Amino acid sequence: MSEGTIVAGALAPHPPHLVYAENPPQNEPVAECGWETLRWGYERMRRDLDALAYDVLVVFSPHWQTYIGTHFLGVPHFQNKSVDPIFPNLFRYDYTLDVDVPLAEAICEEARDAGLVTKMMRNPDFRVDYGTIVSCHMVRPRWDKPIVSISSCRSHAYYSTEVMQEQAIALGQATARAIERSGKRAVLLASCSLSHRHFVTESELPEDMSKEHITNHNQYLWDMRIIQMIKEGRTKELIDVQPEFISQAITETDSGALTWMLAALGMPQLAGEVYAYGTVIGTGNAVVGWYPKGVPA
Amino acid sequence: MSVVIGGIVTGLPHPLLVPEQNPHWRRVRQGFEAFREEILAAKPDVLVIYSTMWPSVIGHQIQADPEPEWVHVDELFHDLGSIPYKFRIDADFAHAWREAALERGIHARTVAYHGFPIDTGSVTALKLLNPDNAIPAVICSSNVYADRAETLVFAKSLRDAIEKTGKRACVLAVMSLSNRLFTDFIDPADDHIHSDKDEEWNQKLLQFLAEGRLEDTAQLSRQIQKQIRVKKVVNFKSLWWLSGAMGQHNRYEGKVHAYGPIMGTGAAVVRLTPSEDGIGDKEFDEDDVEVFRGDRDVLSD
Ligand SMILES: [Fe+2]
Repeated sequence: MSEGTIVAGALAPHPPHLVYAENPPQNEPVAECGWETLRWGYERMRRDLDALAYDVLVVFSPHWQTYIGTHFLGVPHFQNKSVDPIFPNLFRYDYTLDVDVPLAEAICEEARDAGLVTKMMRNPDFRVDYGTIVSCHMVRPRWDKPIVSISSCRSHAYYSTEVMQEQAIALGQATARAIERSGKRAVLLASCSLSHRHFVTESELPEDMSKEHITNHNQYLWDMRIIQMIKEGRTKELIDVQPEFISQAITETDSGALTWMLAALGMPQLAGEVYAYGTVIGTGNAVVGWYPKGVPA
Repeated sequence: MSVVIGGIVTGLPHPLLVPEQNPHWRRVRQGFEAFREEILAAKPDVLVIYSTMWPSVIGHQIQADPEPEWVHVDELFHDLGSIPYKFRIDADFAHAWREAALERGIHARTVAYHGFPIDTGSVTALKLLNPDNAIPAVICSSNVYADRAETLVFAKSLRDAIEKTGKRACVLAVMSLSNRLFTDFIDPADDHIHSDKDEEWNQKLLQFLAEGRLEDTAQLSRQIQKQIRVKKVVNFKSLWWLSGAMGQHNRYEGKVHAYGPIMGTGAAVVRLTPSEDGIGDKEFDEDDVEVFRGDRDVLSD
């Protein structure tokens, strides 16, 4: 068996609005349009990722919140309905998906050996979180690749951003080691927004794009600063500014998703391909790919 | 009519699913059972739950599916088992509450969708306090950005709805006292309150509640948030809500049915009944507020 490899890492935000606006058959609500910049960005990223012929998607989701340790889906197949508790008017999605349980177990084991608290989730009645579902849908709507889904243990809330980052880095490195041993070609998805202050009201028609904008300019400035670092491959700096970014722009990177993904890639001084930036109900979202071995022409 | 009984209950699933694993968890379970008897005796027409385990972003959400049915699994304690449920929801009351909220400037909406994920706290409370659905229920969310004014006015809108519909209501806050969980798995037999500081504050809160001093505990909320709450949302709001819903004073008869650790958190079952006695009102520091005038764009992290 040849050595496994991470063929790409992606920042793959999960506002359910994006799936809603795509109108896939799995989702019950119907939209007229909406958030095209982000959706078209996802389309372009999808094309680049598809060309890499990967075996598995490994996704880290802020919406599976496990205050005790990092958990991994550990059931081979799930079929259920996901209703977003925050935006149930937009996201009621019938999913059917396969989990690469051996890889999940391998990451879980590596992470445990690195000193992290871990647990496999074996309950077949469990509902997969909508962050995992939205990011995977936007990256691979055909659902023909197995996934590994990793929870967020919220150490930012329980300790500090610094502890969160330390743990996310250890988890990222463990993920890389397990993928290497697996012989598989993996794409990693950091399922999160950048700035994350929402509007607290919703317009009559959620997809009315005349109402969509960033919640405030402070967040926009932060998002642009972060994107500049991404475009210039200043990865170390990107990680180093997280404490300020998280507290000042109330970001969803507090989950550890972005830090985990970049750590798994080995914190490369590598420019990310920014496919799109756009706001969703006031939050800042970027669709970005990192390709350690380059993008196929 | 009015609120005839109220209280606080923990939302963690251990007393429902595995009470036998720890004597504290069993006592909390017994506390739920004793509270259930008192609720039934008070003959409420509706049981209203404010769940700190149901976060919302778009204002407050109110469950209005008349018969939600699902198999629930907790995202953290999934290994304790699945919880099949079927509840009876008073959809008309949910709509009346929403109307009342809008009148006070509160953004609120009802939700009635097949498969909506009712949170672990609400499921646990309803399974233990209302196992045969004898009392129709209503559940509301806790807005992650809402601070005191919005929470309090939302609670007052519940009083408006109770008044308007002429119902006798039981109002419950599903919440932990100190909410710090252990960050590693423990042997259930070793469960204890996470720290002495958490324990002391929990005892102080229980003392106040046992004395019927609901508004006094509500007035302490900002301090409680600083002292014993892991900061997941902007503030510790459940006692603001409960006091707003029951009446912002200290004239209650309180009964602590149970208190103990669940995975490090302070888990309690406390009943409050409106009473002519109680400790009386003192001067309160916090302003009262009747109408919510909107988000003032004051960001807090
Ligand atoms: Fe999110």
